[in-house]
Amino acid sequence: MNANFLSLAIWVPILGAIPVLLLGSERRFLVRWVALAVALAGFAVTLPLYTGFDTTQAGMQFVEQLRWVPRFNLEYLLGVDGISMPFILLNSFITIMVVLAGWDVIEKKQAQYMGAFLIMSGLMNGIFSALDGILFYVFFEASLIPMYLIIGVWGGPNRVYAAIKFFLYTLLGSLLMLVALIWLFLTSGGSANILDWHQLQLGMTPQILIFIAFLVSFAVKVPMWPVHTWLPDAHVEAPTGGSVVLAAIALKLGAYGFIRFSLPIAPDASHYLAPLMIALSLTAVIYIGFVALVQTDMKKLVAYSSISHMGFVTLGFFIFNPLGIEGSLVQMISHGFISAAMFLCIGVMYDRMHSRQIADYGGVVNTMPKFAAFFMLFSMANAGLPATSGFVGEFMVILGAVKFNFWVGMAAAVTLILGAAYTLWMYKRVVFGAITNPHVADLSDIGLREFLILALLAACVLAMGLYPYPFTEVMHASVDNLLKHVAASKL
Amino acid sequence: MLNNFVIPDFYPVAPEIFLLAMSFIILFADLLFSATQRWVASTLTTITLLGCAALTVITADGQTTLTLSNLFVDDLLADFLKLMTYLSVVMVLIYGRQYLVERGLDKGEFYLLVLYATLGMMVMISAASLLTLYLGLELMSLALYALVAIDRDSARATEAAMKYFVLGALASGLLLYGMSMIYGATGNLDIADISQVLYQGQADKTVLVFGLVFIVAGIAFKLGVVPFHMWIPDVYHGAPTVVTMLIGSAPKFAAFAMALRLLVYALFPLVAEWQQMLLIMAVLSIGLGNLAAIAQKNIKRMLAYSAISHMGFMLLGLTSGVIGHEIDPFTAINAYSSALYYTVAYVLMSLGSFAMVLLLSRAGHEAEQLDDFKGLNQRSPWFAAMMLIFMLSMAGIPFFIGFFAKFSVLTAAITAGHVTIAVVAVMFSLVGAFYYLRIIKLMYFDAPAETAPLIATPTFRILLSLNGIAVAAFGLFPDAIMAICTAVLLHSL
Repeated sequence: MNANFLSLAIWVPILGAIPVLLLGSERRFLVRWVALAVALAGFAVTLPLYTGFDTTQAGMQFVEQLRWVPRFNLEYLLGVDGISMPFILLNSFITIMVVLAGWDVIEKKQAQYMGAFLIMSGLMNGIFSALDGILFYVFFEASLIPMYLIIGVWGGPNRVYAAIKFFLYTLLGSLLMLVALIWLFLTSGGSANILDWHQLQLGMTPQILIFIAFLVSFAVKVPMWPVHTWLPDAHVEAPTGGSVVLAAIALKLGAYGFIRFSLPIAPDASHYLAPLMIALSLTAVIYIGFVALVQTDMKKLVAYSSISHMGFVTLGFFIFNPLGIEGSLVQMISHGFISAAMFLCIGVMYDRMHSRQIADYGGVVNTMPKFAAFFMLFSMANAGLPATSGFVGEFMVILGAVKFNFWVGMAAAVTLILGAAYTLWMYKRVVFGAITNPHVADLSDIGLREFLILALLAACVLAMGLYPYPFTEVMHASVDNLLKHVAASKL
Repeated sequence: MLNNFVIPDFYPVAPEIFLLAMSFIILFADLLFSATQRWVASTLTTITLLGCAALTVITADGQTTLTLSNLFVDDLLADFLKLMTYLSVVMVLIYGRQYLVERGLDKGEFYLLVLYATLGMMVMISAASLLTLYLGLELMSLALYALVAIDRDSARATEAAMKYFVLGALASGLLLYGMSMIYGATGNLDIADISQVLYQGQADKTVLVFGLVFIVAGIAFKLGVVPFHMWIPDVYHGAPTVVTMLIGSAPKFAAFAMALRLLVYALFPLVAEWQQMLLIMAVLSIGLGNLAAIAQKNIKRMLAYSAISHMGFMLLGLTSGVIGHEIDPFTAINAYSSALYYTVAYVLMSLGSFAMVLLLSRAGHEAEQLDDFKGLNQRSPWFAAMMLIFMLSMAGIPFFIGFFAKFSVLTAAITAGHVTIAVVAVMFSLVGAFYYLRIIKLMYFDAPAETAPLIATPTFRILLSLNGIAVAAFGLFPDAIMAICTAVLLHSL
């Protein structure tokens, strides 16, 4: 592999953001098209990662290694395996959607808006491909900056509170992780290579401490109950694009962290604390599911639904069987598409009505039939309907959970009922029924740009639901390898 | 007696001599030129500092040279710290030019006092004897007291200068008292001889530890760490912003040199004792600095408290040199170089932040309130981005130099086994992140209170941009400065 596709995936969007920022917000036409071109280029350079991927190999591929900070033996070390590669594609794909979604809607400082998302996209690709612990941290924390600005500048009325809460919450976790990373770096004799850390023999106490430090960081990011409270605030206040990136990619960073750090570095602690993790996950699945049911704000509802779905993901990790972990990974990617689509749908309505309250809608199908059809599909997918991508992951995790323990599987399966209840009930109240609000009567159906976005996402959701093999195929080897690692005790 | 007299080697002292000579020239030049030709003094001062830099580079031979009857040392550490001092003073002068002119402070005295303060710092940095160190310290401090009060009509500045003077004199007294005890216990004033005597273990430990306490108190005052931090907020707040900028930058190098020369060069055998003291002060400073900064509405006060917390972080590096009773030179050098790196990083960020305060200030308006930063992104996206960089860097968020400064100090602290203290320190950084984020919030999320365009000379704009870019670039590629810091200490310790 000669071309440095991972570096390209990181730096094309980041460097591409510079001309976008320099164009300034006055030249709206150019800004949009340049941003779109950069986003498309960013996606294009990630495609070889899929086509050139060797599915039989469990190790890291597309590895790039450069000296970065020789004083601390830190390296610019990139590489992907079957677990991280799909997320880079997903992230770059979602970035295109975000650029398109902000096309006409963002009126204030559009250049900075597009620039922030492009930088964010590059940084997140960096998180998924960094194999040097400190490099990972650098990307992980730097990605807070654009999101903080996105929520704070283009957000809703309570955006300042939401932005600061988002930043401080996440920083709390990542600072503890930094101490853990430095500790690992020193204990491994001055190596920051994550793969070296996987081989590190650690006693039970250090493992538990390391696990907890990572847990705080990743649990906030996922977010797991009870540290989830920043997410509804951030989602509600963020502009549509911000919500999309948060739900589709940013939440996955936490889950990815568990797989890349917690499980392989502290396998014994992971097993020891698995009951706690399963309990927290099930609480998220069931309790947050109920919380979602009573929401009156659509964005908040989808935000809670995201927490509930992410509970599924963490559940899948800590039952330690291939079905669970692969199911979780599929669920993560599927949720990336579905939550992005849900937030975009709400964005479509919000752009027209400037309200997210369910009570303000009703009878949308009469004026926006095309939109209603898309929204239907995504709602069904969110509820986990077979033939949509939402079903595949959930089914695999439930299957894995039943294997692990019948009652855990049983409790997890409740989500199918709850998910259907809150999503479809919201859909019914928003889309069906008689038109009560005169503004709804004036709504115009989606235009070409919106159609294109939703159709692309719909295609992904259906493709993944009907034929998930290409997605699971790339993961097999890496997941098996991970499980081998987790099964081997370090004590 | 006269046959014993040897003409000392003046070569290593060339920068100091040059600066002193130039200061006389500037003194007279200032009298000759009329009030409309003030630029002469300013330009001459800059030329002087550049000349000093050139001389420092020329005389740097990588060797440790003692001269003037072992009162003065010229080693790589001194050369590096002096160069950094010139750099920050020159930056202060360029940044402050407009501000001084607008407020009628652009007087010859200002430049002379700045030069004498610089000379004091240089002497401190090159001190090889307690006497030289004290001499340099007093020269620097007296010049700084006068600088704080340079705006004669400002009651606040006068009050600040008074506080600074009284407390500073007290601290000097403490330091001198400590030095006298060390002298009493060891019979020596030369730093090298003191450590020699201490290693032989003949000195009276009780007197030594007493002396050490006073010396540590004196150092803590100059660094501005808890519990000797009281002067920092008042002086930072009261002094004209240019002087605040000066106090917040170059003297930190001198104070670092002082700490290193006294504690590491002279009193290293007492490391177990002073590490304990510094550790407590470090934790308290990080805690109090960050907590108190939240309550501030005045940006200069906020930056003052932030300076306290940063100096606490720097001390954390100094306390991590020795683990238990085993002295490992490698660990020690790593720890001290992390502290040095932290100082360099901090000064770079601090200069930039104060420059932003200057940028927003105009004739008749001091942009001292946090609210002055409101809506800066709409007035000037570029400079808002610069302030964003400085604030995030101070908060220790990566891709900026502040992150690697924190990283290297934390690595040193964890190496020394201070894991709990590292956790405490990062938790207080979280608190600290809040008030830095608040500035970003004001700049980006709020509407501007005024829409007047920013007035600044092109030089100012370019320097500030370079400063911001440096903070970002050295955050992406931190190795160069780190390597220099380590190499410098490796050759000098």
